[in-house]
Parts: sequence; structure tokens; C-alpha cells
Amino acid sequence: MTSKKWVPYLLLAPGALWLAIFFLTPMFNLGATSLYDPSGSLESGYVMNGHVGNYADALSEYWPQFLRSFTFAAIATVLALVIAYPLAYAIALKAGKWKNILLVLVIAPFFTSFLLRTLAWTAILGDNSSFVHFLQNIHILPEGGRILATPFAVVMGLTYNFLPFMTLPLFTSLEKVDSRLIEAAGDLYSKPFTGFRRVVLPLSMPGVVAGTLLTFIPASGDYINAQLLGGIKNTTMIGNVIDRAFLERGAYPTAAALSFVLMAAIVILVASYVKRAGTDELV
Amino acid sequence: MTWIRKNIIMIVGLLVLFYMFIPVFVVIALSFNEPKSRLTYTFDKFTFDNWLHPCSGAEAMCPSVMVSLKIGLLSTLGATILGTLMAYALMRYRFRGKGVANVLLFLPMASPEVVMGSSLLTLFVSASFPLGFWTILIAHIMFCLSFVVVTVKARLAGMDPRLEQAAMDLYANEWQTFRRITLPLLAPGIASAALLSFSLSFDDFIVTNFNSGSTVTFPMFVWGSAQRGIPPQVNVIGAAVFLIALAIVVLGQIIGARKRKALAA
Repeated sequence: MTSKKWVPYLLLAPGALWLAIFFLTPMFNLGATSLYDPSGSLESGYVMNGHVGNYADALSEYWPQFLRSFTFAAIATVLALVIAYPLAYAIALKAGKWKNILLVLVIAPFFTSFLLRTLAWTAILGDNSSFVHFLQNIHILPEGGRILATPFAVVMGLTYNFLPFMTLPLFTSLEKVDSRLIEAAGDLYSKPFTGFRRVVLPLSMPGVVAGTLLTFIPASGDYINAQLLGGIKNTTMIGNVIDRAFLERGAYPTAAALSFVLMAAIVILVASYVKRAGTDELV
Repeated sequence: MTWIRKNIIMIVGLLVLFYMFIPVFVVIALSFNEPKSRLTYTFDKFTFDNWLHPCSGAEAMCPSVMVSLKIGLLSTLGATILGTLMAYALMRYRFRGKGVANVLLFLPMASPEVVMGSSLLTLFVSASFPLGFWTILIAHIMFCLSFVVVTVKARLAGMDPRLEQAAMDLYANEWQTFRRITLPLLAPGIASAALLSFSLSFDDFIVTNFNSGSTVTFPMFVWGSAQRGIPPQVNVIGAAVFLIALAIVVLGQIIGARKRKALAA
């Protein structure tokens, strides 16, 4: 197949061009916009004068929201890992002939709209819902205590919404684990949990790394959960700030600076995480 | 007791699965709800009305569903074609620049939607390109593309390359080999990539919200009505999409199992 060297380029070109024009170019545009003079507006136009101050302004005003976004996303990622791992393990190593059906069932809830499922949680966790009354009756929640409009609700929503992104990579790497290795560990008198910790967990690490990244990245930029499940105070995430700055206030330079910082922070976090996960053998 | 201990992982797994379905049950239940007022989102009274007349009571909803369907189908078509070609090139050829292409495909999957949406908005605004149907379509093809490539690549990786070599040995040219051997074997992978594209597009809110201008898709209608009170018909659409997608997937599984049986026999 080496005779026609241009064939692969021809096949790649349309898609690669699409990504270059509508993904890469916008990133440069975003960078440029973040350096515009903030005194302009959409109507009067912006002056490009390399206004680096946009970054200082954006960070000094909105660092709490940045911090909150990464904290919420990190907690949600850990929770999703703890919840998704047994499910992925059960499907990959215990389900036998039910494997395909269970896999379909993992994906199925996500055919219902993201927004509608999040709104459904507002109904479940709402102040007058039977679930909240139940928690109040057994005194887990104080009288008049609420779940909706608290940071807890937002983290819960984030955990729920990105579960398949955690489950599927975990499943893929657990499926490759040879079950004879687990038996071998048992034959060599390891307790079941030790066998899991020393054999299965290390082998599933690629899935853990992929799953945590695929959960953390969208969770840190999300603003739907914060908007629908959160309150006015203590739940605003950086996505909410960027959305409002662009679409309500029309403050393009500040908003672009925020967006750019979010992207940069994620790239740095991801790169250092992958590097650590890759080198430290993860035991 | 020993039974529970023996099956503890399966039990926990099934409980997690149940948890994943809780909001779906709520959506289906609320699709049969006749709320006392527009602002309540609790179950009041059972009715079939929402399913019988999904378009009445929420005038702007059905047009928004039509917009989402159109964009979903067109972006699925675009992303599936472009993505399948890319996946084929990446898996079946060796060439310079492959690494760059892989990075270009990985980046959109590693970017938060809010960054993709806002950066695309700055491009359209600085190019004075009017926001609306076409900008949404462009954006959807962009973010669906990588997922199509990943899905189709996985299918290609599982295919026996000797089948294609055999066709070539029998004097088929590259196009004939692709058309008669690769494409039919690839079909299930392309089908799942298309289904994934459609659900990503139909469900997208964040990127769309930045690039929609005055065009209203179904998720945008839902978002808008979340502030004013959600009409129960919205849940009819949610439940219907869920049931249709589930039916397609189950049907695909059955056909796949039949084919495997036929091949084995």
C-alpha cells in the first residue's frame, strides 16, 4: 500500500482541516481576544493592545471560583471512581453471558438528556421531596436542613453525570485482566483483598488514569450542575462565570482570559498527572 | 450469608446500576404528570395527555425538537463520514505526521466544553459570521469527529487485516477492497459511531449555547424553561428519546448475536 503516498493525506484532509479551522484557530482567537483592551465592546469593536492586565484582573477577581471548580471536580472524580469501580469489575469479571446486556444498561441512562436527568435530581433532592423528608426524619439531616442549593448537591450531580466516562475505561482495562491471575494469587494463599490490591488494581491502572481524566476535565468546566443544583452562594463554578461574562455581560476580553486560564490549568494538571501515573508504577 | 459474601461485587454493581437509572425513572414518571402549577416539579396527578398531545401546552418545544433532530442528523452524517476516513487512514497507512493527527484528534476530547464553545464564539464574532443553525452544525461536527474516529479505530483494530490482504492478492484494487471487504466488516463500528454522534449532538447544551444566536435547540428550550417552569411534555421527549435509543441498541445486539450464530453454524 506504499505505492500511493498521498492517499492517507487525502483521507485525513477533510477532517483534519475541519479541526484545524474550527478547533485550533478558535484557540488562537481566544488567546488574541484575551489581550484586547477591555474598554471596548461588541458594538464599538475592540482594540488589540496586548492588555495582559486582563489575566491579572480575571484571576484576582475569580480565583475562588477557579479553586472551587477544581475542588468540586476532584471530589466528584474520586467519588465516581469509588462508585464505578465495583460496577466495572462486576461487568468485566463476574457477569459472564450477561456482560453485553449490562454494558448496554450502563450506557442506557445517558440516552436521556443530560439536562433532564439533572432536573430530575432537583425533583429528588428538592426541599419538599420524600427523600429529604426521610433524611430529616431519621435525623441525618437537621429539621429544615436542605440538600438542593448546597455544594453537596452540585458535587453529587457532577459525580452522577460523568459516571459512564469513568465506568467504560475501567471496564475496558478490567476486561483484559486474565482471571487466572486472580486464581493464581488465591492459590498462593493471598487473601481476596490482597489479591485484588496486588494483582487486579495495578493491571487496571490505565483504566483508572483514563477514567479519572475523562471525568475530571468535563466536571471542572461544567456549569449546568452548579446552575441547576446549586444555590446563589458557595456553588458558583468557573464555567458559570465564563458563560455569564460572554453571554450576559459581553465582557469578551475578561471572559476569554478566564477561558484560556482554565484550558491552560487543565493541560498542566493533565500533563503532570499522566507523567506521574506513567513513571511511578502506581502501586 | 455466604451467598451475599460470594456475590458482594455483583450486588454492589447492580446497586450502582440502579442508582444510574433513578433520574431516568423520574423523567419517565414526570412524563405522565399533570402538575398543579407550572412552577411545581413534583408528581401531582397521573395523565396520558402529555404523551397524546406532546406539542400542545408548550408551543416552542416541538419546533426546537425539530431543530435538534435536523442538526443531529446532519452533524452525524458529516462527522461519521469525515471520521471514518480519518480512522481508516490512521489504522491502515504509515505516513509522516500521524502523531500530529492523533494529537489534533485527542485535544477536543480533552478540552472542557466551555472552552471549546467560547473560543468558537470568538472566531465567529471576529469573522462576523452570523450565529445560528449553521454555526451550531459546524460546532457539532467538530466535537463529534474525535469520538467517531476513536470508535471506528477500535473496530478496525479488531479486524483481521489478512482479509484485506487476501482481497488484494486476488487483484482487487484499494477502492474495491475498501468497498467490498472493509466497509461491510466495519459497518457495526460505523453504526455505533453514528449513534454516539447523534446522542452527543442531540444532547449538547454548553457548546450550542455559545454559538446558537437566536436558534433554539431542544436542550436550550429545556434550559430556558428551567427558569420559568418546566412543561411536563419536555419529559415525554426525554423518555421517548431514551426508549428509541434503547430499542436501537438492543436491536443491534440481537442482530449481532444472530450474525455470530449464523457464522458459527
